[in-house]
Amino acid sequence: MTDEPAPESSAHTRRTVLKSTAAAAAGTVVASHHTSVASAETAHTGGARTRVTLSVNGERHRIAIEPRVTLLDALRDRLGLTGTKKGCDRGECGACTVLADGERIKSCLTLAVMRQGAEITTVEGLTRGDDLHPVQEAFIRHDAFQCGACTPGQIMSAVACIDEGHAGSEAEIREWMSGNLCRCAAYQNIVAAVADAAEEGRR
Amino acid sequence: MRNFGYTVARTPADAVRTAAGIANSTFVAGGTDLLNLMRDGAETHDHLVDLNRLDLDDVTLDGQTLRIGALARMRGVAEHPRVRREFPVLSEALLASASPQVRNMASIGGNLSQRTRCGYFRDPGSACNKRDPGSGCPAVTGRNRGHAILGGGDHCIATHPSDLAVALTALDATVRLLGPDGARSVPIADFYLLPGTTPDRETAARPGELITRVDVPRTRVAADSRYLKLRDRATFEFAVVSVAAALRTRGRVVRDVRLAFGGIGTRPWRDTRVEAALLGRPLTEAAIGEAGRVLVRDADPRTENGFKVELVQRALASVLNELGGKR
Ligand SMILES: Cc1cc2nc3c(=O)[nH]c(=O)nc-3n(C[C@H](O)[C@H](O)[C@H](O)COP(=O)(O)OP(=O)(O)OC[C@H]3O[C@@H](n4cnc5c(N)ncnc54)[C@H](O)[C@@H]3O)c2cc1C
Ligand code: SF4
Ligand code: FES
Ligand code: FES
Repeated sequence: MTDEPAPESSAHTRRTVLKSTAAAAAGTVVASHHTSVASAETAHTGGARTRVTLSVNGERHRIAIEPRVTLLDALRDRLGLTGTKKGCDRGECGACTVLADGERIKSCLTLAVMRQGAEITTVEGLTRGDDLHPVQEAFIRHDAFQCGACTPGQIMSAVACIDEGHAGSEAEIREWMSGNLCRCAAYQNIVAAVADAAEEGRR
Repeated sequence: MRNFGYTVARTPADAVRTAAGIANSTFVAGGTDLLNLMRDGAETHDHLVDLNRLDLDDVTLDGQTLRIGALARMRGVAEHPRVRREFPVLSEALLASASPQVRNMASIGGNLSQRTRCGYFRDPGSACNKRDPGSGCPAVTGRNRGHAILGGGDHCIATHPSDLAVALTALDATVRLLGPDGARSVPIADFYLLPGTTPDRETAARPGELITRVDVPRTRVAADSRYLKLRDRATFEFAVVSVAAALRTRGRVVRDVRLAFGGIGTRPWRDTRVEAALLGRPLTEAAIGEAGRVLVRDADPRTENGFKVELVQRALASVLNELGGKR
């Protein structure tokens, strides 16, 4: 992707400098007449980098990013949480699935600035100490992956799918896990893992 | 994605004022369509006005009307117990849309405002009258399997992708708008425009107008409704052809019927002549066949989408038979 956010350490690449200068020039106009919305969470910006606070896996992070940075890129490139994967970067594969306030979302389709105040959970936040989450255990038990690229997204989606009560039958699991594609076609085992984890939760 | 500025709006009036005050700005709700369009370069905006803090996410019912706030999410509306009971076609259309993750994010206002999925439109390397007025329409003679057989012309034959819009069209919904000049209502039948010679204009919403709400009249027929969506794969796919239908019969005689179609028209397609062909008549195979023929009478299929002419008639027959209790 061409607009990958520059990592913090190389903030002064030529590209970044050019872009933020242009944006800052366009944006100063905006900043003046919206004082009512200016709050601690940076309600407005003219495209220059802005301070964004993200709450991820129970920890608060303050980072400086441009408004265009997706939640996915912020997680991976700024916070170093690379468990969340980028497959299509357009909402079609589900590899980037995370939870926002307990609901599953596609992190490539939302901006990090739009998710301030939400509690984000990524696959890194599922474990309790050294203990894997029951859905992670079930994926291992059922060998529910081959290359593993879709797996963090599948697991996050499965956690929500079970939580929503949409894992009652194989057909229901297939429908409600349909936002997560698996290029290796491990579907059979994924469905079995989700059914098993759901069953375990009911016990 | 080109960079842009960003403002969080706190009230609907604030959102409208902010957008009006900043050149080349637009609203963002879920972001699920807008961010893809901006990434692809099919749309460019210098500033986004974030609607997510607006207090417009309620779903309420009173004696006459179901009111759906523009910032209600697809999931919330689909799961609303009274929507499911009294307007099943709305719930079914929403549940047949996108994926659970997208439905958690996407808003009703954004759903109604999403742009066409025509591949030429989304590829800035192609000509497209909708994206670059006057540049031509490669779909007319090119890849048009997914395109419209009704309501098009040589300027544009793209379909509108929203399933919800089709269901709302069948139920005579009204779109509530707020703009710099105040609030107004537009019946959904007038909200989506035929492409004509200006396919770049898709809706009756004026630049900078905010959708605040969608109102759906409560009718008895709405409770006997359903949405049939035919796709290239079982789920998580846009419609090839879809039918939103509501039907009340007494004996076998049709007392009330509302029909709208997706995938076949350049806008959510409603043709009251189809309903007239059924009203007051027994729901026989002959009557259903006649209604289907009325529907496709003016069809103008292109090189790849001729199959839709037959498919939509079969889809209509299937839904009517099911609602009529035959199957
Ligand atoms: C992978 C995928 C599959 C999909 N499948 C389907 C499907 O099968 N059926 C279907 O119907 N849809 C489908 N969609 C489309 C999806 O429903 C839309 O992207 C979504 O509803 C848009 O809502 P949003 O809130 O995210 O809008 P945004 O992306 O935030 O906005 C979309 C547009 O609406 C404008 N807008 C938003 N809110 C308002 C408002 N209140 N007033 C005025 N303008 C507004 C924005 O300015 C923008 O132009 C799919 C999307 C994806 C990514
Ligand atoms: S069908 Fe419409 S959207 Fe598609 S290329 Fe032609 S003008 Fe553009
Ligand atoms: S990377 Fe987000 S859905 Fe594919
Ligand atoms: S395990 Fe390889 S994509 Fe799913």
